[in-house]
Amino acid sequence: MPELCGIELATPVINASGTYDAIAARQAFGDALLEDFPFAAFVSKTITPEPRAGNPPRRIWETPAGMINSIGLPNKGLEGFLAEDLPRLAELPVPLIVSVMATTREDFARCIERVARRREVAAIELNISCPNVHSGLIVGENPSETEALLDALRPLTEKPLIVKLTPNTADPASVAAGAERGGADAVSLINTLKGTAIDPVTGAPALGNGYGGLSGPAVRPVALEQLRSVRARVELPIVGMGGISSGADAAEFLALGAAVVAVGTESFRDPRAGSRIATELESSLLSERSAEPVLDLD
Amino acid sequence: MDSAPLPRPGAASRAPFGRRRCEVASNRDSGGYRVVSLVDREGPEPEPGQFYMLAAATGWGARDGRAFLPRAISVAETMPAAGGGIRLDFLLDAVGPGTGRLCDLEAGEGVWIVGPLGNAFASPREVAPGAAGAVLVGGGVGVAPLALQRKRFAERGIAHRVLLGFRDRAHTGGLDLFCGSSGALCPEVRLATEDGSQGVQGRVTDLLLPILAGDDAASGVIYTCGPPAMLEAIRALCAEHGVSCELALESPMACGFGACFGCAVPKPGGGFLRLCIDGPVLRGDAVEEVSHAYA
Repeated sequence: MPELCGIELATPVINASGTYDAIAARQAFGDALLEDFPFAAFVSKTITPEPRAGNPPRRIWETPAGMINSIGLPNKGLEGFLAEDLPRLAELPVPLIVSVMATTREDFARCIERVARRREVAAIELNISCPNVHSGLIVGENPSETEALLDALRPLTEKPLIVKLTPNTADPASVAAGAERGGADAVSLINTLKGTAIDPVTGAPALGNGYGGLSGPAVRPVALEQLRSVRARVELPIVGMGGISSGADAAEFLALGAAVVAVGTESFRDPRAGSRIATELESSLLSERSAEPVLDLD
Repeated sequence: MDSAPLPRPGAASRAPFGRRRCEVASNRDSGGYRVVSLVDREGPEPEPGQFYMLAAATGWGARDGRAFLPRAISVAETMPAAGGGIRLDFLLDAVGPGTGRLCDLEAGEGVWIVGPLGNAFASPREVAPGAAGAVLVGGGVGVAPLALQRKRFAERGIAHRVLLGFRDRAHTGGLDLFCGSSGALCPEVRLATEDGSQGVQGRVTDLLLPILAGDDAASGVIYTCGPPAMLEAIRALCAEHGVSCELALESPMACGFGACFGCAVPKPGGGFLRLCIDGPVLRGDAVEEVSHAYA
């Protein structure tokens, strides 16, 4: 059975943070969502210490084989999440991973302490990479900053800490190594790639915030290469993601050494993409051939 | 971004979980738009105002990697399908790679659908207790959900009038959804065209204004869907005259079920709602200003 940091998973397919609102999906589809939940673990949308409204529209822009989003981490804030959302997410039939982001180590620590003590939470993902919010880049671009953040947070909980890496840096593998030195239990990659588009009607930037993060199949080769380089550098389990739309895509990530894969943008096109990809993966020839991770592709 | 409940328009049908593949039954012209009919063997009957996410099963992404995301389209008409299930009619205008591909669908082709999604128009009495009737005000491709609402009003004996705005006689897409394909105007439908080539010359708001200014205006509820500038004009007019209204809005939407957070619409007092799960039908007082910025 697949596992991530000791958390047993029914399949190796989970969701990417911020790409599935299980509470809203239950409103749209009812309890059928719970009966056939598409992911083996659920990763929450990133929560921040204080509530955030998110970025002004326009927030999404379709691109060739992908999309750019500039959502801006709308969320109820730490206390709102704990009081309102966590009890409802605890009704999901899978382990819960809570994504957290803060702009100071003190705020990060406060979030980790409050979230980790809740028994509904199996693991915590540290968002140090969201390219939509200015403060998110700083830690994730810098190996020593990342290590220092983990040094501060690691003593606060025994629960797994997963570091979500940003692809918007020259050497993500060095940042992953910093996370490993700081005591992270896993890394996840990739987050969205910074991107911009011009609205052909107005001639101005299409997104309300001016730029956003690119996702979808367009980013998959970049994600695979970053996975390869990180895999070559650290021993930590890796959650691989970036444009996975099929079992064959997922098999590529597993072949490069990902422990599990995450599905993001494809869920927008197919609300049950996670289940479909897990099923396709089972029958994928590539995954059978690559039972052992391939580490030396250079 | 507070989670305070908004006034909630009418009860909606709930979508089966996941996408399903439907077959195109027909694709016909409607005054410059297309009416694409799909046969849905699994889903429930949608309520007026609800929408579906649509993506052609083949050829999606064929234009320079687009369309990539499904397109949110309101349902314009439903009826029992031969052989079981329901026929869903969608009014489409080819404005980009997604709607362009949908407009090219041929009978027998497959379409991935998710839906029905979102909320629905409320009945006049749910909007305003004591309301005696309704006025449906539509423009362009936005006449679609009003056609289904109008059918429900007729079935339930709710008094209503219909005001539709079009560019000119050659661009009256969707009119036949209200009046049949003969083109003969049914008595309760009034038209405005910008050049006066059919109906009254002017805008649909020119038809609405005398109704809003009338003595019995407050006894009616306005239901509207159309271009953002039209919706904003109607929202403002209704607010000015103290008449209740429901607006069916449009917004860029990647998923339709609350996952992407793309369809943000500003709320009065700050924050945003997600049009896919909090709408697409909003009460006039739940909207600050209808703007091209998010429509």
